[in-house]
Amino acid sequence: MSSLIECEDVWKIYRVGDVEVQALRGLSLTIEQGEFVAIMGSSGSGKSTLMNILGCLDQPTKGHYRLNGIEVGNLKPDHLAGIRNQQIGFVFQSFNLIPRTSALENAQLPLFYRGLSLKVQRAQAAAALGRVGLQGREHHYPTQLSGGQQQRVAIARALVTSPSLLLADEPTGNLDTQSSQEIMKILETLNRDEGITIILVTHEVDVAAYAARQIVIKDGQVLSDCVTKARPRSSPVEA
Amino acid sequence: MSAFVWLTILTALRILARNRLRAGLTMLGIVIGVAAVIAMVSIGEGAKRAVQAQIATMGTNVIIIFPGVTSASGVRGSQGSAVTLTVSDALDLKKRIPLLADTGWTRRDVMQIVYGNRNWNGPINGVSPSYLTIRDWSLTSGAPFTQTDLDTAARVALIGQTIVGNLFEPGEESVGAVIRIKNVPFRVIGVLAPKGQSAQGSDQDDVIFIPFSTAERKVFGTSFVGSVGAMFGSTDQVEDLPMAAEQIREVLRARHRLQTEQEDDFTIRTQVDIGKVQEVTSETLTMMLFAIASVSLLVGGIGIMNILLVSVTERTREIGVRMAVGAKRHHIMMQFLIEAMTLSLVGGALGIILGVTGAKLTTLIAGWPTIISSNVIVIAFLFSLVVGLFFGLYPANKAARMNPIEALRYE
Repeated sequence: MSSLIECEDVWKIYRVGDVEVQALRGLSLTIEQGEFVAIMGSSGSGKSTLMNILGCLDQPTKGHYRLNGIEVGNLKPDHLAGIRNQQIGFVFQSFNLIPRTSALENAQLPLFYRGLSLKVQRAQAAAALGRVGLQGREHHYPTQLSGGQQQRVAIARALVTSPSLLLADEPTGNLDTQSSQEIMKILETLNRDEGITIILVTHEVDVAAYAARQIVIKDGQVLSDCVTKARPRSSPVEA
Repeated sequence: MSAFVWLTILTALRILARNRLRAGLTMLGIVIGVAAVIAMVSIGEGAKRAVQAQIATMGTNVIIIFPGVTSASGVRGSQGSAVTLTVSDALDLKKRIPLLADTGWTRRDVMQIVYGNRNWNGPINGVSPSYLTIRDWSLTSGAPFTQTDLDTAARVALIGQTIVGNLFEPGEESVGAVIRIKNVPFRVIGVLAPKGQSAQGSDQDDVIFIPFSTAERKVFGTSFVGSVGAMFGSTDQVEDLPMAAEQIREVLRARHRLQTEQEDDFTIRTQVDIGKVQEVTSETLTMMLFAIASVSLLVGGIGIMNILLVSVTERTREIGVRMAVGAKRHHIMMQFLIEAMTLSLVGGALGIILGVTGAKLTTLIAGWPTIISSNVIVIAFLFSLVVGLFFGLYPANKAARMNPIEALRYE
């Protein structure tokens, strides 16, 4: 059985005018099913590019990226969209909920593109909102929810398709300390109890501490990769 | 319909409902365009039908033959001023051309008509009995001429509605009354059914018919006996009209002993020719309508395209999110196309309501006849659909081609 994520000598080269920017330079990485990984690095280190590639939003210029054994490198945009829809859930720093659309409909969004019946979509979205503790808030609009609640809607949206991989890009970047802890606990629970693979991008050490494995990226390559704990038991912030 | 399309339509409607003013202003071009087309086509159709009805008052499958013009030292007289057509021409045409169902003839002159202490100047027509049949002219009361009336040059008259109105009191019995035309007493034996305006706009009911022989001998005082002002012929089938007209021309040229290089000394018009003139007029009208419709729908379409481009830009992040969670290009494309078509269809529907109301108001206020055809409504609706589709394509394509990473990063 292959690993969930296999990156092998991945290069990403942008061309800005005449200048060539090497965002990733021969990066190799393997992540197994069920891991909770934090990716850290300063801005410009290439961690955002790596996230885009891992999330199938972008493709490597050179090298191989296999997700669940599927080579993603030369797939067409619509095929990538299908993979994102089936296997990946996204949580963004700025929530990225669709404005003036209820929590339920936001959580429903990925199912919208699966051609399921409306009834099934609603039921699954309501269940996902329940998993992040938002029962009774289904018909609230984003503006009626706090930042932490909005991020929980976003997590519900990522969960609704039962993805094999959840990508969280600075999920606590726009939140206060208490909301941050709530969000991290939800992610931790999802990883521990439901075995969802989570990859977290952050530059905050205490947030990264929730993860069992910390990878530091610098200049488009892996600088360090260490397993910090087998299973997170308690919050290091409280400790 | 799939849940996706259904939900997208609902979403589109919700977005429109949210930006009511913006949507309303965007749709205005389509609304006005569709309304203008429907109102004007309805009015045009009404006018066309009215003209067709007028042409039909000429009779059924009628050919009219006018004499040529006189020419004295190069000065030409008016149409029909020559006395080149005669009764015997008409009789001979009927005998020699089997296509002709009947022929008739008439001579007219405007004269004073007196009844009691009232008088009126009206056109007196000396006609053959067949004339009334050819022109489908029925009587509301009394009886038509007989062959005996023609043979004996009887002093009998059929009078039109306008004459009745001008010479008789309302409700007064006109049949049996004696009127005087140029001091000759005539007994009214019948009243003509109304025909209204002719295609040229003259009052066809301002008319008195008397037997041709009577007119010739007792009223007009003709120097050329047997000359007629106009001849009429009719065919059984409308398709026979051109052929009959050609045969009439040949017979008349032979009878008038015209050489090959000489021009006709008569003019032949068929009902079809007169209809064609009207057709050209209505074609011009249709072209103008088409031009107006195209311009306003174009403007409306550009309005829709403009607002959609704004919407695509405003919702760049939303597009990015949708793509991230798995929307394929055709999903994004469909979403914006459906929004465009919703705009144009709602606009089209409002335009139809406005146009039909406008046409009805025109009939109510100005009294113009209007005909609202369901064809125009269907075409207008389809047209607004096409406009939405066409002008939605560019913005929708722009949205669908976005790069999800850049769209997500858009501020």
